[in-house]
Amino acid sequence: MYAQITGEDPYTVPMRIYPAVHYVMGGLWVDYDLQSTIPGLFVTGEANFSDHGANRLGASALMQGLADGYFVLSNTIRDYLADGPFDRVPEDHPSVVEAQQSVQQRIDHFMNTQGTRSVDSYHRELGNIMWEFCGMERTQDGLTKAIDLIRTLRDDFWRNVKVLGTADSMNQSLEKAGRVADFLELGELMCIDALNRRESCGGHFRGESQTDDGEALRHDDQYSYVAAWEWTGEGPDREMGTPVLHKENLTYEFVEMMQRSYK
Amino acid sequence: MKLTLKIWRQTNTADKGGIHTYEVDDISPDMSFLEMLDVLNERLNEEGEEPIAFDSDCREGICGACSLMINGNAHGPGVTTSCQLHMRSFHDGQTITIEPWRADAFPVIKDLVVDRGAFDRIIQSGGYISVNTGAAPDAHATPVAKDKADRAFDVATCIGCGACVAACPNGSASLFVGAKVTHLGELPQGQAERDSRVVNMVAQHDAEGFGGCTNIGECASACPKEIPLDVISRLNWDLHAAMRHGR
Repeated sequence: MYAQITGEDPYTVPMRIYPAVHYVMGGLWVDYDLQSTIPGLFVTGEANFSDHGANRLGASALMQGLADGYFVLSNTIRDYLADGPFDRVPEDHPSVVEAQQSVQQRIDHFMNTQGTRSVDSYHRELGNIMWEFCGMERTQDGLTKAIDLIRTLRDDFWRNVKVLGTADSMNQSLEKAGRVADFLELGELMCIDALNRRESCGGHFRGESQTDDGEALRHDDQYSYVAAWEWTGEGPDREMGTPVLHKENLTYEFVEMMQRSYK
Repeated sequence: MKLTLKIWRQTNTADKGGIHTYEVDDISPDMSFLEMLDVLNERLNEEGEEPIAFDSDCREGICGACSLMINGNAHGPGVTTSCQLHMRSFHDGQTITIEPWRADAFPVIKDLVVDRGAFDRIIQSGGYISVNTGAAPDAHATPVAKDKADRAFDVATCIGCGACVAACPNGSASLFVGAKVTHLGELPQGQAERDSRVVNMVAQHDAEGFGGCTNIGECASACPKEIPLDVISRLNWDLHAAMRHGR
């Protein structure tokens, strides 16, 4: 597989190994039934935050997919459905109308902007910012800078994105534009969360928080909680409202929190 | 690398469609085939021409989304998915023809994207196990012979990409259905529904408009996961057994 991808035979040429981003630690908040803050909307597998801490080890996704799908949801969704049948939501319900309008406005905006930059170019630039400043090692200065850069990029994205084609047939650029809009929010939120957490924990190494010999230093007295950030809407220029932090404290009855040594 | 690309473009299912020719330059041999198309799309976007629609997701060869007919071969040269094909498999100055999967049961949605919903409906008709097997048992509680476990595992590698259908002169999905029937039929959990599964899946396969198998074997040679042709023998065997049982 390595030879196929790189075109180099690892038996004769030393392998080139580089870290790659493969997970976003965290996800949508859910309760013990895997139900989100929206009743009836269950979030499962990698999309929810629940089964891992500041690190995801190999096969976490498989474990979570199986545990959520096979053991948890088969009971909790049945429990939810047991309260049915539910009333049909009329199409003129104010929430339906509002949701349809906001989606339509967003689509119209992308189709009418007629800017100069492709969706992919924004996606790549955002990826570079995250890689540079919100990767495995992060610092206060870097994260502060990243938040600034993302806000500027986001502002430019909404003014200058170029989506060709039409909205009434398959349009992959339009699909991606909606996702990149989400990624811009998520990226900014990840930087805000990382900035708030002044400790090194799991897969995240905070430059300012290390031991004398350069190892990760946790601060369990201050950060022993799950951070759930509440979305507070968008401002008039589509800037992200300041998210509100809700803490779920981690309390352990039977195990003692320890520092794992990789030495 | 400098390449000439002849690419199928089709606005929607009703459109007749046709081959368009594009030149690309500065293509690195280390790029994947899809990255090469990304480069072309970025340029088309700049020039005001709508980018070429094609399917991709994981780009690691495990999801089955990518689906390009490259120079007449499903997923191009070699045993791989389109996303794991690299430009070093081609030479400078080459002309490459890129088309969508061709099969009645896979209507073109746009350009190189086809609707493979027929596969989902085949899976819905029987590619599942609905018996309740209870909580996780001890590993040794239900012995599965090593050869059966290996066989089930090997055919479970089918990613449902549809290359078998695209390669088949009859547009048959027998290799796909055979892989699913064999995978579930080898394991204890799959026994309760074994007869109904094969009957329902074959019926759905035919209803979707896939053709019949005439043992040509293009499917197995096009399969990026090397599903062997003999799963179709197993499919026929199981179907025959189910009919004898009166299904």
